[in-house]
Amino acid sequence: MEGYEVIFAGSNFIRLLSGLWVTVRISLISIGFSLIFGFIVGIAMTGRSPLIKALCRVYLEIVRMIPQLVWLFIMYFGVTRMTGLNLSGEAASVIVFTIWGAAETADLVRSAFQSVPVHQFESGRALGLSQFQLYFFVILPQAVKNLFPNIINLATRMIKTTALISLIGVTEVLKVGKQVIDANRYDAPDAALWVYGAIFLMYFAVCFPLSLLSRRLTERKE
Amino acid sequence: MSGNIIEIRHLRKAFGDHVIFSDLSLTVKKGETVVIIGPSGCGKSTLLRCLNGLEPIQGGTIYLNGKPLEYGRKSLVKIRQKIGMVFQNYDLFPNMTVLQNILLSPVKVQKRNRREAKEEAEQLLEKVGLREKADAYPDALSGGQKQRTAIVRSLIMHPDILLLDEITAALDPEMVHEVLDVVMELSRNGTAMLIVTHEMAFAEAAADRVIFLDGGRILEEGEPQAFFHSPQTERARRFLSAFTYSES
Ligand SMILES: Nc1ncnc2c1ncn2[C@@H]1O[C@H](COP(=O)(O)OP(=O)(O)OP(=O)(O)O)[C@@H](O)[C@H]1O
Ligand SMILES: [Mg+2]
Repeated sequence: MEGYEVIFAGSNFIRLLSGLWVTVRISLISIGFSLIFGFIVGIAMTGRSPLIKALCRVYLEIVRMIPQLVWLFIMYFGVTRMTGLNLSGEAASVIVFTIWGAAETADLVRSAFQSVPVHQFESGRALGLSQFQLYFFVILPQAVKNLFPNIINLATRMIKTTALISLIGVTEVLKVGKQVIDANRYDAPDAALWVYGAIFLMYFAVCFPLSLLSRRLTERKE
Repeated sequence: MSGNIIEIRHLRKAFGDHVIFSDLSLTVKKGETVVIIGPSGCGKSTLLRCLNGLEPIQGGTIYLNGKPLEYGRKSLVKIRQKIGMVFQNYDLFPNMTVLQNILLSPVKVQKRNRREAKEEAEQLLEKVGLREKADAYPDALSGGQKQRTAIVRSLIMHPDILLLDEITAALDPEMVHEVLDVVMELSRNGTAMLIVTHEMAFAEAAADRVIFLDGGRILEEGEPQAFFHSPQTERARRFLSAFTYSES
């Protein structure tokens, strides 16, 4: 069998696609949670309490300092064993990616709000707007404009980083690819290039539209 | 009720240990244009900001139409509809058109009918020569046009008094005039105003009364003619002489 035939042999392609779906599903769920928690933490970071600000800062720094793979191992092998909690690989992945994504989102939200000049807040207040009206009509629309492209870039980064979760036993697209290659090791020794090539295209198909969207939004800003 | 729109009695304002005003009193009567001048850092902006509650005060009372101001959330919203303010920075909201900027607070804060407010907005824009800019975004306006829009945005609330804080200070010289013309017109029509400016010729023309602020106190106060041509204090004389170029 030729290498490229392996991709479509049997149910291989369907399996690859369902692996891709695992990747996309975990990414989407993590990104969704990240946005929710990230906004909350980010707004807390722009608030007045120095204690809350410091705590958020520490959280962000710790998350950033340690590689995602280490977090995955800590969560899947460490925490699970220690607490006796029976986390699936997929659940552990979602938790780790949410902890990471929320920290990054929070930082983006914080800087987006802080990039709105002080006098915008003041002239809004001087017009008698309530706190809610001020944020809803004036501040948020300005903040989101800067925020949107950055959030999409983060989402792309998260999708790519999910490749790591194959290492804690989640059968996402990369893992499926490896299984397919292994199963055909003797029939088609050069399958690896083709299968990984196909996976390359799959990642590309998911991430490229996002990157386009981000570029569109950045351009419109100028 | 007295004819005082604003009455400040024994105002005390400090930033931490830094006392700006220890005991400042000042009134603005109905229809009066009062111009405040004074050296940089003497507290002109701070005074205006105290009046519409952007700065908390540490003592004294401010009366608006004879009623003491309260600083709760609800009352602040009311105060700010009665006291309009325009700043030095172009402070239009960049995410909204000129018309949307102007309509935001009459519609959302005062809950006025949008169509009625829009008609008034268009009339006001006409008056300041910006009728055709109604749908433009602030980015597309010159500094002078932005400030005229900001004035309209305050006026549409029908405030009892307008506070203007160096609204021409950031403008190119050729645009100063068009903005001051609008303010002059308001002054003539009896809009009560408290104006901080460094435009001395304008101050003299527009003011009913000039206040010279220095070191947190009113050092001198009087009719513009008298103040500008025969200031009583040495401090005021020196301050004013800095604005006239003379070869030494
Ligand atoms: N938020 C603040 N915190 C601490 N100090 C402040 C604050 N705002 C103003 N000050 C101080 O209060 C004093 C008065 O400032 P203010 O801006 O009222 O001066 P001003 O008369 O408007 O000056 P200018 O002509 O330069 O605008 C200054 O010494 C300034 O440093
Ligand atoms: Mg000032």
